[in-house]
Amino acid sequence: MTGVAIVGAAETTELGRIPDVSQLQLHADAALNAFADTGLTAKDIDGVATAGSTPVELVHYLGITPRWVDATSVGGCSFMIHVRHAVAAIQTGQAETILITHGESGRSQIGRGARGAGTAGLAQQFESPYGAMGPTTMFTIPVLRYMKEYGLTHEQLATVCVVQREWAGRNPRASYRDPITVDDVFASRMIAYPFHLLECCLVTDGGGALILTRAERANDFPQKPVHILGTGESAESPMVSQMQDLCSSRAFRVAGSEAMRDAGIGHDDVDHLMVYDAFAHLPIYGLEDLGFCEKGEAAGFIADGNTRPGGKLPLNTNGGGLSYMHSGMYGMYALQESVRQMRGTAPAQVPGAEVSVCLGVGGMFAASGCIVMGTEAAA
Amino acid sequence: MADIQPRPLPTPTPETAHFWEGTRNGVLRLQRCLDCGHIYFPPRPFCPACGSKRVEVFTASGRGTLLSYVINHRRHPSFDGPYCIALVKLEEGPTMMSNIVECEQTPEALVLDMPLTVVFERQNNDIFVPLFRPAEQST
Repeated sequence: MTGVAIVGAAETTELGRIPDVSQLQLHADAALNAFADTGLTAKDIDGVATAGSTPVELVHYLGITPRWVDATSVGGCSFMIHVRHAVAAIQTGQAETILITHGESGRSQIGRGARGAGTAGLAQQFESPYGAMGPTTMFTIPVLRYMKEYGLTHEQLATVCVVQREWAGRNPRASYRDPITVDDVFASRMIAYPFHLLECCLVTDGGGALILTRAERANDFPQKPVHILGTGESAESPMVSQMQDLCSSRAFRVAGSEAMRDAGIGHDDVDHLMVYDAFAHLPIYGLEDLGFCEKGEAAGFIADGNTRPGGKLPLNTNGGGLSYMHSGMYGMYALQESVRQMRGTAPAQVPGAEVSVCLGVGGMFAASGCIVMGTEAAA
Repeated sequence: MADIQPRPLPTPTPETAHFWEGTRNGVLRLQRCLDCGHIYFPPRPFCPACGSKRVEVFTASGRGTLLSYVINHRRHPSFDGPYCIALVKLEEGPTMMSNIVECEQTPEALVLDMPLTVVFERQNNDIFVPLFRPAEQST
């Protein structure tokens, strides 16, 4: 254990389509909800980390005087990495109480800055000319090689979505809750072969915030504390074409193994797992790169029901980016679900869950962060 | 047919200029480390495997195989209809993204590990983009 705990956690008041709130205000709404969750105010916060906005903008907007800031922005797993950095800052006394925020007007695009990295970056020189246009064409490109190497079938890939929809059906705040079948997945329109619409994440608006402090203080707050047991982070390449292995994420392997080693846990200790699922193949890669399954066996593991409600390794229990919500940088929502599971307050609560592993990915396999959380008993 | 815009074009940097000069002259250039022998892409003036600055630029064979791909069905202003975005495993070892031309853009026609040959598509006087077409099968 790290001696650091999450004492505040909240999502934005609304999730989904929020056309009357700017991106900055989504950050703030989540932060204010996290303050309410803890009984703290902006005056109690001395460290801020965020991505998608800047810590400077956040501290100004919320009225925080920080002595520690972190603007790590490596895609959707930035928030896992913020947690890791916050743990180190609290351990070393650089900060006492750290706020991490996410807000993203992914669907409504309200108050969202222009994107784009010019034309001279490596990805812009060596990928953009070929019509690579964002996650649907880039995150997805390794999977045909995986299918050929390991025999993953189209049906198994679609099954990932079907199983996660089962979880979403138990979450009132999930965007899509109606059950689906493999045939429904196949009948949805083709986005980027072999990926159909239902094998791609949602595009919605929302946000979330976390507040971390020393574990000794954790019982001073109204919510059941969630302890950070271990953390890991890594990065590989800004270009999906340059992955060392199209069938495995080096960043997953490095971040995941470090987090589990840091936590001092083995696979059998894990009661609950979140794997950032921007697309249907991500849980497959995550299960294998974290070592829960042998190479090539994760799709069968999912198809056999191990990750569904009642299975031995409940996975993406909010419904995931495929069905719950996905603003663009989804990692914050995976963290929020791990917190709810460890607090025992998740809508689809896993009975008796004491240890949760939360694996994030950023920028088309470019980066990863992994957080192991536990209950007071696990710590 | 929809109005097709030019491809998003690269702006070469000092470190990548030799690559784009090569494509302008009809050759695909890679780099090789003179100390450890590692062949690499994308360009940089040092070896990513061992850190040596003793590296050379050389002309690659232009041959490769189809490593993986997607067929994008969403509209892109530079493409007409669904198009393949491919990863090509070059004979020399590195992988690069490209498009597969002179080939139907279907899963049936695009078979993994099929042999490919580079071609160069002129965009303007400065930029020629390397694309790949199915290689003629040797008899």
